[in-house]
Amino acid sequence: MTDISASPAGKSKGSSLLELDSRTRRRNAAERRFQIYGIVAIAIALAALLMLLVSIFSGGSSAFRQTFATFDMTLPAEQLDPEGNRDPAEMARVTTIGYQNVLRAGLVAAVRDAGIVPDGVADADITGILSPEAAADLRNRVLANPDLIGTTVDIDALVHGRIDGYFKGRVTMESAVRDANITPERLQIAEAMVENGLMSTRFNWGFVTKPDASDQRPEAAGLGVALLGSLYMMLVVLVLAVPIGVAASIYLEEFAPKNRFTDVIEVNISNLAAVPSIVFGILGLAIFINFAHLPQSAPIVGGLVLTLMTVPTIIISTRASLRAVPPSIRDAALGVGASRMQSVFHHVLPLAMPGILTGTIIGLAQALGETAPLLLIGMVAFVRDYPDAPPEGLFDPASALPVQVYNWTQRADPAFVERASGAIIVLLAFLLVMNAIAIILRRRFERRW
Amino acid sequence: MNDMRIVERDVSTAEIKINARDVNVHYGTSHALKNVDIEILNNNVTAFIGPSGCGKSTFLRCLNRMNDTIPSAKVSGLIALDGEDIYDSKVDPVQLRAKVGMVFQKPNPFPKSIYDNVAYGPRIHGLTRSKAELDQVVETSLKKAALWNEVKDRLHSPGTGLSGGQQQRLCIARAVATSPEVLLMDEPCSALDPIATAQVEELIDELRNQFAVVIVTHSMQQAARVSQKTAFFHLGNLVEYGETGQIFTNPRDPRTESYISGKIG
Repeated sequence: MTDISASPAGKSKGSSLLELDSRTRRRNAAERRFQIYGIVAIAIALAALLMLLVSIFSGGSSAFRQTFATFDMTLPAEQLDPEGNRDPAEMARVTTIGYQNVLRAGLVAAVRDAGIVPDGVADADITGILSPEAAADLRNRVLANPDLIGTTVDIDALVHGRIDGYFKGRVTMESAVRDANITPERLQIAEAMVENGLMSTRFNWGFVTKPDASDQRPEAAGLGVALLGSLYMMLVVLVLAVPIGVAASIYLEEFAPKNRFTDVIEVNISNLAAVPSIVFGILGLAIFINFAHLPQSAPIVGGLVLTLMTVPTIIISTRASLRAVPPSIRDAALGVGASRMQSVFHHVLPLAMPGILTGTIIGLAQALGETAPLLLIGMVAFVRDYPDAPPEGLFDPASALPVQVYNWTQRADPAFVERASGAIIVLLAFLLVMNAIAIILRRRFERRW
Repeated sequence: MNDMRIVERDVSTAEIKINARDVNVHYGTSHALKNVDIEILNNNVTAFIGPSGCGKSTFLRCLNRMNDTIPSAKVSGLIALDGEDIYDSKVDPVQLRAKVGMVFQKPNPFPKSIYDNVAYGPRIHGLTRSKAELDQVVETSLKKAALWNEVKDRLHSPGTGLSGGQQQRLCIARAVATSPEVLLMDEPCSALDPIATAQVEELIDELRNQFAVVIVTHSMQQAARVSQKTAFFHLGNLVEYGETGQIFTNPRDPRTESYISGKIG
């Protein structure tokens, strides 16, 4: 001790602390290089995320806005209810074509009254701006409320997808010349209608609530059925995968004897998590549809297939978080005479809860975005009817959000590209909501030890 | 050392609480404990000393069958609590552990409130019939553990927020709350500072009025201070077992003498 304190500072070994030796310099340089690699990696990831978000939002945000023609017209009783006793059953005999004629006449009258078109313009050019869906909407509205007949009502009619595209910049006068579905004259009428307040582009709830529509009417297509289908499937997955996964991992981690048999199970669970999802789709097709004769395109089948896919993920993360609970807590519980089950359920499980929730949400998020297995079990079908409320609705045909995206990107009309991007935004919002719930739950369960 | 004779007299009147005969423990292929014979007396503090890995903790964990949680551990021989074989197939280890409480090396309170920590044992064993009775058990247990005055105003704050010494006394209170007949302590002071150690030692001395206490310790001074009987383990053998005064002043086995004088271990 005295030797050290007696030796003059800085000269004991012949080197100064104020100068870095070459070895230290090399080590510091390596550390700096490593930090730079990290920053570069994060920058690349952020740039990719930003590009993704920009491309989706620039392409998809317009899907939430839609152009409508708004005008007043009187609904003629003699055409819509020829019998005159306002009986919905009789009124239903008037088809969409009938309503289309009425609507077209009303629009022509409104446009000519406003005096925004020269007399030479044909009626067909005015009526051509309407969507084929507009008449169906009016018919549904009248059948739901027969008293409207004979009165003057505000009409909010969907306009043709190309007109809508014109106001969103997708269609131009030049492209309209070459387009069989639209003419520059109709675009000019539409522009004049906007100036006169007969037409406007505004937020469109229908995109989220309405069912899918056919190739010819992208303006009417919505996500309603797909959202419900995805929601139902998530319910099925939540109800089945979480209890099965958590119970299986508790048994394997806390109770199962460690022998060759459980080793085999363990290896297989890990392998199962890596199986391509389309394989689960084939399995679901063979077992749930061909063998168990469950209906095709039904959320129950989709949910079961996604459950098979999610359970391994949940088991792996649950076991990891159970293992992370300090053994001293188990000892403490056993030491005061708790049974193994009591020690697991009173102490280990609450401490592992945050990890279990994280794994569960990761599994659910994966399941929510999964497309391939759903294609095989028929969820790709064109479904226009909403499924009923659960539990019966689980057996009704429905679509799913990612499948709807896949579906729309395959269609020819560029308006569907916009809607596919919009559907991706809804899918991301769905995921964000799920993650937010998970974070809130984690905060509530999180404890320190 | 003057009161050694009083201690000796005390020992001679106590009855046998745990009787171990020919106990062997294997962990897989390693033979951790060899032919241990020992009689643990009621109302006495019995200290197990010995170098690391000598099997003293292993033997302690045999006494309340905590070794059952280690799949590779195999126990043979006879361990009887009040004459009943605790390894009998009819014995439920859960019931045994309610009678033979344990305090661990590292303080391990549950991440719950102080009250819930102490009340947990009585709750799962159904020892109390009403909330008032439970409150009473919690209070007396905390008093026995000399913790009541420090925590009585914050019974519902987390047990993990206490200091190390307080946490260990909380663990003792938790073990005491199930009114065990034997209290096993596995190096209860190794994570504590000298003041907390002194408090726990004082506590151990008081606890022996109610039950048999078995303590594993690395500190020979501690063994000399708190125990009436001392057992010295070495390489899985019980080398010597006798009254504490005799072990420390006049050991019969040369290995004991070497260990106590610091030559081995």
